[in-house]
Amino acid sequence: MNGINNDEEISRLSAEIALLKVELNKKTALLKKKQKHCLTKLDINRYSRQMILPEIGVEGQKKLKTSSVLIIGVGGLGCPSSMYLASAGVGTIGLVDYDEVELSNLHRQLLHAQCNVGMRKVDSGKLSLNRMNEDVNIIVHDVQLDGHNSLDIFKQYDVIIDASDNLVTRYIINDTCVKAGKPLVSGSAIHCDGQLTVYNYKGSVCFRCLHPKPQSPETVGNCASAGVLGPVPGVIGVLQAMETIKIIIDHPNVLHNSLLLYDGGDCEFKKIKLTNVKRSGCICTKNPEDITINMDYEEFCGSKANDKFKVLNLLKENERITVLDLIELVSKKQPFLMIDVRKKVEYDMCHLPFSINIQLNDLKNKDTRSKLIKDINSFGNITPNLITICRRGNDSQRAVDELRKYTEITNNVKWIKDVVGGLYEWSMQVDNDFPMY
Amino acid sequence: MEKGLSITTEFTSGLQILFNNIKKHKVLLPETEEPWTLGLLLFWIKDNLLVDKDKCDLFMKGNTVRPGIIVAINDQDWELLGDLKYKIKNNDNITFISTLHGG
Repeated sequence: MNGINNDEEISRLSAEIALLKVELNKKTALLKKKQKHCLTKLDINRYSRQMILPEIGVEGQKKLKTSSVLIIGVGGLGCPSSMYLASAGVGTIGLVDYDEVELSNLHRQLLHAQCNVGMRKVDSGKLSLNRMNEDVNIIVHDVQLDGHNSLDIFKQYDVIIDASDNLVTRYIINDTCVKAGKPLVSGSAIHCDGQLTVYNYKGSVCFRCLHPKPQSPETVGNCASAGVLGPVPGVIGVLQAMETIKIIIDHPNVLHNSLLLYDGGDCEFKKIKLTNVKRSGCICTKNPEDITINMDYEEFCGSKANDKFKVLNLLKENERITVLDLIELVSKKQPFLMIDVRKKVEYDMCHLPFSINIQLNDLKNKDTRSKLIKDINSFGNITPNLITICRRGNDSQRAVDELRKYTEITNNVKWIKDVVGGLYEWSMQVDNDFPMY
Repeated sequence: MEKGLSITTEFTSGLQILFNNIKKHKVLLPETEEPWTLGLLLFWIKDNLLVDKDKCDLFMKGNTVRPGIIVAINDQDWELLGDLKYKIKNNDNITFISTLHGG
């Protein structure tokens, strides 16, 4: 008898608990929704040090909590800016990136841990940011930003941070911000230099006012080839977070119609006053409804929407050798002289033992060439081949082109060729221990 | 007293690579009948400061700076001051800034 009663009681209680659970979830969700617009005791505790500032106060902190910021690029700039914004209590942060975490990112992209190499950058970013502050709603956009997807993403946010690494994306971000009426906090960094500007804020100029014509691709440096010292994007990314906070709390002195320059080498900041007049005919002078974001941005800029390596095809196939050809030449002890045309610092980092270093630009130098001819003549009666190599196989083609101009060289060698794919291919196909950078 | 104009030209954000890696150049512009304008200064820089003349297109395009270079006169965008037509004054600081896009 007791057994039956007990069973009934158990199922009755289970049903009641299930109902209560539904009720609990509903109320928790409602509480969270209500709390979104006000500060909890924990919030006050957590953000007290910045709330004490009259610029922030309770109102400012509430504004931060209800605001949303989109960060394009979870790299050298996006990591520090997102870390400071998440920690400051910005309610929603969107992350846009199409890339994976690479080992060569870690020296400056501090959001990504070593164990996350290979992970999607947006996922690695979300993981780290939520570890810092679990209250922040991190939305990931694992896409390559383009003219088709940008507007729908931007619409969801209050402030846009340009932490991208290429010119094409910068134009797409600008045009979308102008159309959607969003302030744009733009940062860039390379080498030891950084720059910061706020565009499209309270009637200020836009990126296109300053740069109506895109600069030619050969004048645009990127971190992979020019290098960058970690703290430089760190400084700029933190400044981007600062200006974003100021925009959210409606601070009167947001960097306005100005370009801030940071020279890390000289430890100097300089502020350049920009024109506050929009360029006539610029996209930002149009009615937002009339703005379309469907131009071919890559064609407009003559470059791609990433900072990845671009393959040059200067030489014909029979004017080049592969790394496998090279291995055969080495194993058959064929006489050749190999010139590594990379910069000296790169040659010092790693090089093939049978190569000598002459930087591409130095080939123009007469003294350098006389020395090279001596090296060629040191083969004695044998006429050697001349092989050029570089990091990925572009400069080595330029070097072949340059060397062919000089008969004193062409007359003394059998042929001059370069190595397709350079040291990168050597590392991929021949020697996995050779550093890839 | 020296005649002509004594000014400082600065090349920053990587542009210094075209000028022997020297950022600040104190220069004396010779006295001329025509007043020195920024337009004239560009050609003077090309002839007197630019190291590798083959790389001129990394600095100029036509009669002005190439796209991507911002010019500041005493820390103000030259567009505020008449750009190529700006008349250079003694002790002016003229900065050439290459726009960066990395991140």
